[in-house]
Amino acid sequence: MRPTRLLDGLVVAALAAFPLLAPGYLDLGTRMVILALFAMSLDLLVGYCGLVTLGHAAFFGMGAYAAGIFALRAWADPVAGLVVGGAAAALLGLVSGAVLLRSRRLTLIVLSLATVLVVQEVANKMTWLTGGADGLQGISMGPVLGRFAFDLLGRVSYAYAAVVLALGFLLFRALVDSNFGRSLVGIRENESRMHAIGTPVDARLRTAFVMSAALAGIAGALQAQVAEFVALNAVSVELSGEILIMLILGGAGRRYGAFLGAPVYVFMQDYLAREDPTNWYLWIGLMLLAIVFFAPGGLTAWLGALARRLGATRS
Amino acid sequence: MWELADLLISLVFYGTAYGMILYLLAVGLSVTLGLMRVVNLAHGVFAMAGGYVTVTAMSRFGWPFLAAVLAGVVVVGLLGVALERTLYRRLYSAPILEQVLFSIGLIFIAIAAARYFFGPLAQPIDLPAWLSTRLDIGIGVFPAYRVFLIGVGGMVALAIGMAIDGTRFGASIRAAVDNRRMAESVGINVSRVFTLSFALGTALAALGGSLGADLLPIYPGYPNDYLVYLLIVVAVAGLGNIRGALYVALAFGITDTTIRYFLPDVGRVLILLLVMAVLFRHPHGFAPKTQA
Amino acid sequence: MGTMLVRLLVLSALVSAACGTAPADTKTIKVGIILTYSGPDASIGEAIDRGAELYRTLHPNDLPAGVELQLVKRDETGPTPDVAKRLARELIVREGVQLLTGGQWTPNVSAIAPLATEAGIPYVVMSSGTASTTRLSPFIVRVAFTTWQHSYHLGKWTASNGMTRASTIVSDYAAGVDAEEAFVRGFTEAGGTIVSAIRAPLRTADYVPFLERIRRDKPQALFNFNPGGPEATRVIKAYGDLGLAEAGVRLVGPNAVVPDDELKNMGDAAIGVISASHYSAAGDRPANRTFVAEWKKAYGPDSLPNYFAVGGWDGMAAIFAAIRAQGGIIDPLRTRDFLTHWSNPDSPRGPMRIDPETRDVIQNIYIRRVEKVDGELRNVEFETIPSVKDPWKELHPEGTGGGR
Repeated sequence: MRPTRLLDGLVVAALAAFPLLAPGYLDLGTRMVILALFAMSLDLLVGYCGLVTLGHAAFFGMGAYAAGIFALRAWADPVAGLVVGGAAAALLGLVSGAVLLRSRRLTLIVLSLATVLVVQEVANKMTWLTGGADGLQGISMGPVLGRFAFDLLGRVSYAYAAVVLALGFLLFRALVDSNFGRSLVGIRENESRMHAIGTPVDARLRTAFVMSAALAGIAGALQAQVAEFVALNAVSVELSGEILIMLILGGAGRRYGAFLGAPVYVFMQDYLAREDPTNWYLWIGLMLLAIVFFAPGGLTAWLGALARRLGATRS
Repeated sequence: MWELADLLISLVFYGTAYGMILYLLAVGLSVTLGLMRVVNLAHGVFAMAGGYVTVTAMSRFGWPFLAAVLAGVVVVGLLGVALERTLYRRLYSAPILEQVLFSIGLIFIAIAAARYFFGPLAQPIDLPAWLSTRLDIGIGVFPAYRVFLIGVGGMVALAIGMAIDGTRFGASIRAAVDNRRMAESVGINVSRVFTLSFALGTALAALGGSLGADLLPIYPGYPNDYLVYLLIVVAVAGLGNIRGALYVALAFGITDTTIRYFLPDVGRVLILLLVMAVLFRHPHGFAPKTQA
Repeated sequence: MGTMLVRLLVLSALVSAACGTAPADTKTIKVGIILTYSGPDASIGEAIDRGAELYRTLHPNDLPAGVELQLVKRDETGPTPDVAKRLARELIVREGVQLLTGGQWTPNVSAIAPLATEAGIPYVVMSSGTASTTRLSPFIVRVAFTTWQHSYHLGKWTASNGMTRASTIVSDYAAGVDAEEAFVRGFTEAGGTIVSAIRAPLRTADYVPFLERIRRDKPQALFNFNPGGPEATRVIKAYGDLGLAEAGVRLVGPNAVVPDDELKNMGDAAIGVISASHYSAAGDRPANRTFVAEWKKAYGPDSLPNYFAVGGWDGMAAIFAAIRAQGGIIDPLRTRDFLTHWSNPDSPRGPMRIDPETRDVIQNIYIRRVEKVDGELRNVEFETIPSVKDPWKELHPEGTGGGR
């Protein structure tokens, strides 16, 4: 599906329309929004840089814990918490990127797994700071921008998360459309050639890595603030795998993958968890196999092909 | 003084037993990764399957332990052939992302199947009497089961080493790992080599899973739990470095056991950081650099 | 895939609509139950659910005439508090449940607690043993157990029974650390000395290095706490492999160390292990004999209930009693007050009641030993400590800053 202004606008419109279409499902919607932001951050790494990792939850969790601890002990302002969460995750991205980015393929996967396991274990052990396995409790968020207090129905949570996602999308779009973004795709396609023409490959990748980490951290911070709780599952291998699946479901490197994959996955999970919880693994496993063999570009590619067949494309 | 020597011997022994299981589980992955370049995260599934076959043969059909282990190896080897011919071979030139996703999908399906057929709890394994005693092996008294593991692991390592170096099949594997196109042009049926090697890899995993079932219980979460350790062994040894996999697995087992003895609180974090440091210096592991 | 999606959407809308309506002449009381039905810890949620369902099926006429109980189930998928909180909110706001129950994980209960308080919905916690859980909300009533009830009294018992030197090895997470603290407190208060303490990472594959260290410290008792399931078997295997029992080290722990349904996997190495629990499947009382028999009838002759199942059973019993007492019309505050004074003298676990001061459970704690009975391994109760209140709360009265 070719990215266009129209489609970009559709994404933002969908975000705004959701509470009108499904007012009783704002909790679910907020979860979709946060995970879409998280998936988008992973897209930068996996889809555009071509670096497959299974440790992205380390940054999500870092942002969540940083924002949660900040709200609990320093200042419960939401926007300030986002900044803190993003910054903490970016710092972790800087440090771990220096270690991880020297490798590719299997080694990169192993190092990313090791990273998320180390962060999880540290969070587990520092009970005095993180609440350990019981989780970080007692967070009470102040009103957004000093005016909009979080309510039981979840309206403010949704609006807040949606605005952050929209802004994140604008940033993502700008990145991906820029020369920087194009060079990332070049690196993904043929790294040695990019070296040959003088592109500072390592610097580009490291920058992309840090930005991806920061975005993931902001998503984590959102989660901590909206749930007023942080638990160890925010920095787990399971979550890393789940977000990769969501991204792939939507389609990696195709701009809209996160926006399709996250909501569909969350919806399926919610629905199937109610009707048939024990076979959840089976359905997801089959779906993954189906995507790999029949629809490698995910929903984005599939919808794009559909659109082309219906002749509804703009040149 | 003797206390210290006694302690060190203990740590080396238990670390070696643990390392041997890791070796058996990981060596097949090293072969398939090095040979076919498929990032197969689902390798643990075959180990788990071997364990389930063995346990079923013993508890449902009353087979003795060794026969049941053999059954597990054979059944999973055949399963490996079937999966390679149908699914895996389509992924040889696929991007790494798809390989990862395929393996994750396979893991999920295997977990669902295991839960459905066997339930969520660990499978009980009734070791024969001769394995349940404690043996005096001169330098100390240890459980016979772990002595057995070390013995079998050593024999398998030797057999693999001899096969790789001394047989034609082994030579074809080495050739195909070093330079696939060249190997094909020399007349080696690389496709068949792949299938057989994959089957060998899965059979070895099944061996590790069945033999190790008393130490690493067989239950639906098996493929996820030990995946990290398998990947670490393969990554640190380097793709296709079969001899290296033995050394790395043993080193990992002994180091892990020792660290957890002296620093139980931070043991897990330390060993992960150690692995990260090693991989930082040697991103390709210790394997000699091979061609694409 | 597109048409399937549309079908799914329509189906879900229809299903939600259907669930909203009920026959005109019956009064439906909606109870929301949030447990883990999928993933690696699904067996616990399943056990709790089965216990609750078994009570429901065996007591069809216990509700007032014309009153129906609708159990709305949700899967929290594991110790994921954000999911649990969302599900609770959904149950309260969308489904309009009048009671909440479940409560398998402390982090999840902590996340749900403020919602229960805000919406004024009684929350019957069927599992989760952290002592401070009942303080999270004035609407929480726990019918399960607390870690301190088991481990504190086990500590006292161990020191008073000839084992005054002990080591501890617990899984390194909140519940493990809690259990360690409880045991050490009870043990040292009764005159014992702790020789060494190890915290093993969760999901440790090989306990041998840790137990090797313990062996060299030569304690008389070894206290263990682990999450149960396959981990418990790994501990027992390592304990047996290293010959610790022969070396005079007695393994003790709460019920997680020798779960009733995991015993058969542990082999003879488990014989002689001492544990403290509020429930054993082998408990010899009429209510339990019936409970186990009905369980086997419903779930298979090889199946056994465990302490999670009895939590589900008693939780449902409490809910039924509350509905009966109010004639089918639920008032949240009256329900909460009723539950706070509820008792079940004839539970499969023995007599139990709720402490009105703490809204927590008071019950017998049994000291059991693993023995081979009729060729099967069982936890045989041989000593009873009656009417145990939660020791942690007694040692840390509310308002003294003993929060955790």
